[in-house]
Amino acid sequence: MYKIAVMGDRDSIYGFATLGLDTYPFTDPQEAGRKLRELADGNYAVIYITESLAAKLTNEIDRYRSQMMPAIILIPGVSGNTGMGISAVKKSVEQAVGSDILFGKSE
Amino acid sequence: MAQKQVNATRMELTRLKRKLVTAKRGHKLLKDKRDELMRQFLNLVRENMALREKVEKGIKAANQNFVLAGASMSAEAVQVAFMAPKQEVQLETGTRNVMSVDIPVFTYKTRTSDANDIYSYGLAFTSSDLDDAVKSLSDILPDMLKLAESEKSCQLMAAEIEKTRRRVNALEHVMIPNMQASIKYITMKLDENERSTQIRLMKVKDMMLEEAHHYEEKAEEKFRKDLEEQGVS
Repeated sequence: MYKIAVMGDRDSIYGFATLGLDTYPFTDPQEAGRKLRELADGNYAVIYITESLAAKLTNEIDRYRSQMMPAIILIPGVSGNTGMGISAVKKSVEQAVGSDILFGKSE
Repeated sequence: MAQKQVNATRMELTRLKRKLVTAKRGHKLLKDKRDELMRQFLNLVRENMALREKVEKGIKAANQNFVLAGASMSAEAVQVAFMAPKQEVQLETGTRNVMSVDIPVFTYKTRTSDANDIYSYGLAFTSSDLDDAVKSLSDILPDMLKLAESEKSCQLMAAEIEKTRRRVNALEHVMIPNMQASIKYITMKLDENERSTQIRLMKVKDMMLEEAHHYEEKAEEKFRKDLEEQGVS
């Protein structure tokens, strides 16, 4: 049985606690990276990370890209949408197709 | 020309020919696999994109509500309200095999089935904005899980497509041309050997006949005789 974690700055994620997700508020990327590794090795299948925190943890996150578990998903934080989540999808498309054929025109 | 040194033998030739057949069949199969993966991937990525837009919009709305709630309540009160969550989400994971790629399937279960259990606080000391915020978050939770599923699938499939594409290209542009060149080289070499053997045999036959019948001496004698007859007449 797996659990779901949410990481990011406190203001962005505290609401998820009431839904039954585990929240881990972090602002320091180093500490967050350590925690992320711990969570990934542990019992978590899905880890949501706010875009602003994820921007400082790209190395850590990329490590789990090709693994089945956990799925690391970027969500926008309280400070707004930085477009990083969308660009992660574009990255997948680019990796598969060789160039961005789906969303190139939208920008 | 052959890329690397190959033994120009018949055995090597049969080996290479068999290998070429396998390589060609592998190439065709891998190409089909790549095309089908690509088709499924594009569907998935479109779905992923739509979900992501929906989720991002939902989270944005929820965050707005949370900010509103925070404005009308003290930070401590908010913190106390969320201190002891009643609900708990448990995730059951399975895998689905799509074109030899294992993609995850999530099904989630909440600890209590009552939808109102997301409100982990008494209603007396909290603002109604907080209820709205929690409600809006809980509404997008299923979509967030679907997003996690499809985004992970996209990542895994992208990796698989990249691998397959490399294999197809390596076969198409390196392995198969190399093998064809080697086969051509060996056939030419063997043909050349055969011709040279033929010529050698013909030459030997000539020499043996010469030794047996002395054609050349006889021809010379006949020539001299002819000359003499012409000189006399």
